[in-house]
Amino acid sequence: MASASVTLIGRPAAGRQSLWRYWQGGLHGSEFVWAVAFIVPYIGVFLAFVIYPVLYGAWMGSSPHLYSELFSDPIYQQTLVNTLLFLAFGVNLKLFLALLLSGFFMQPGWWIKTLLVIFVLPWAIPALPSFISIHWMLNGEWGLLNNTLYILFGIEGPSWLNQRWFALGSAIASHIWKWLPFWTVILLAGRMSLPQEVMDAAKVDGATGLRSFAYVTFPMLANLYLVLTLLATIFLLGDFNSVFFVSGGGPANSTHVLATLGIRDAYDMGHPELGVAAVMSALPLMIPLVIILMRKLRTAEVQL
Amino acid sequence: MSATTVSAAHAVPYSARRKGRAARRRRWLIRVATLLLSVVILVWTIMPIYNMVMVALEAEGDVFGEHIWPPKPSPRSFWIVVSQGYWYLEYFWHQFGNSVFIAVMTTLLVLSIGSLTSFSVARMRLKNGWLITNAALLTYVIPASFLAIPFYLIMNHYGLHDNPWSVIAALVTFATPYAIFIFQEYGRSIPLELDESARIDGASPVQVYFRIYLPLMAPALVAVGTYALLLAWNEYLYQFLLLSNKRSMTVPVALAQFTNSDQAPWNYMMATAIIYALPPVATYYAFRRRMSSGLTMGGVKG
Repeated sequence: MASASVTLIGRPAAGRQSLWRYWQGGLHGSEFVWAVAFIVPYIGVFLAFVIYPVLYGAWMGSSPHLYSELFSDPIYQQTLVNTLLFLAFGVNLKLFLALLLSGFFMQPGWWIKTLLVIFVLPWAIPALPSFISIHWMLNGEWGLLNNTLYILFGIEGPSWLNQRWFALGSAIASHIWKWLPFWTVILLAGRMSLPQEVMDAAKVDGATGLRSFAYVTFPMLANLYLVLTLLATIFLLGDFNSVFFVSGGGPANSTHVLATLGIRDAYDMGHPELGVAAVMSALPLMIPLVIILMRKLRTAEVQL
Repeated sequence: MSATTVSAAHAVPYSARRKGRAARRRRWLIRVATLLLSVVILVWTIMPIYNMVMVALEAEGDVFGEHIWPPKPSPRSFWIVVSQGYWYLEYFWHQFGNSVFIAVMTTLLVLSIGSLTSFSVARMRLKNGWLITNAALLTYVIPASFLAIPFYLIMNHYGLHDNPWSVIAALVTFATPYAIFIFQEYGRSIPLELDESARIDGASPVQVYFRIYLPLMAPALVAVGTYALLLAWNEYLYQFLLLSNKRSMTVPVALAQFTNSDQAPWNYMMATAIIYALPPVATYYAFRRRMSSGLTMGGVKG
């Protein structure tokens, strides 16, 4: 620190000292020390709990024969299909519904406001209790859903969790149930922050209903919608709970997604390297997503 | 149907200006559509929650029956849970305490680490602070469950096996990036001149942090604190992997153990689930307004 205070006195700094000053930026002396001290905890967390596990995982999953073992596993092939379906339906259905519902909740009235308070409940309730409840609700023989269908409409519902596509659909629906409020609230806030003058001008020009949505509201929300789609894709890739508790990967391991298959391979099968490889096989999808998202998030900061 | 409702939302003040039968019929249609959609939303949202309450109010034998209302509703299951009167619930309050401990520690650490980092980067303008922001952004977009396996093995290297601090470390790792964004975004609304004038008056960085930064950041601290608390309460995978002893595990881990058995006492499980869900729901509704503005900042701006 001594050299730093010397340079402050005004001697023309050169060589090592100028480099030192460059790193300090506008801060000097004890200020710089404090500024560094303040970021040390986060850097520690980042190195110990992000960088180290990432590198360790990369090392665990580095052997090529793991991937040949993985790709020849029929359960893994099914899992890939499930993951893609989960992404395609989960992300798009959820965000499209959220977009529509955010318009619904823009309406005035006490009833709409009360409904919004109730609608947010699934997000506030912890994941596990709700998913266990949904699991039991979907039981073919004693579940609430089939009982309701039978008593109200006389329909014998299917046993939702004993058939692959019903079970996967149930997991996707549960995911949407849990996370729809979150994205709706974000899109609602996005709509509310739209400049009112533009909306008024559109009205004066005669844009109503669908037209005002298609030509005025949506173009202004498009960038936000894109960022949210990318973010939702990444969050959904990592969603372990909705599949694990609703369908449990069953029947006969036919509804796993990558997040649950990784854990199954690592713990139920006792082969952690294979579990890591299963997760790593999502990297070709994840890396471009992360790159676009990181750029978008920075530009979004400026625009919104 | 939903599409028309959305457009309808914008059309209401519009059609009101026009007069005539068409407009009146249209308004009536909108009202009916709104009502129908409200019912659909209500049923969709409430059904799993209703199921939770219904099963919790049932007696053991009645769980397996074809009804949509408990035949003999009684709060006995709640009493069994609260008094730990069933073998799988014997450590319930201990496990509840573990959940509280983990959530509170996570919140405190996220708030202090997050605010210190963003104070240094955004307020003191540490050179190359953007590197930290990017590191945080990168962590934010890594799905936590993808890191679970190496994280679990590393905790053994650190000697933190079956230790609540390993869970706290995981939660802090994945919640702090969000805190850093929110603090940096929110901090933009506080003029930097405040810090500068305090510095000229001779305040040290530590004093500026405690006396100026933290008090002005209070709303953001509340929003992020609630977020961290809910995140810790929501999390299952890391708690399941890292905690194995009955005395060190948390409520969700203990609860999940029983879904796998054939003899699952569903009424006790649902009562446990409701008791476990109450604190976050209460917290959320208490801080709802601040939460949603915080969420928006995070969702919109990363």
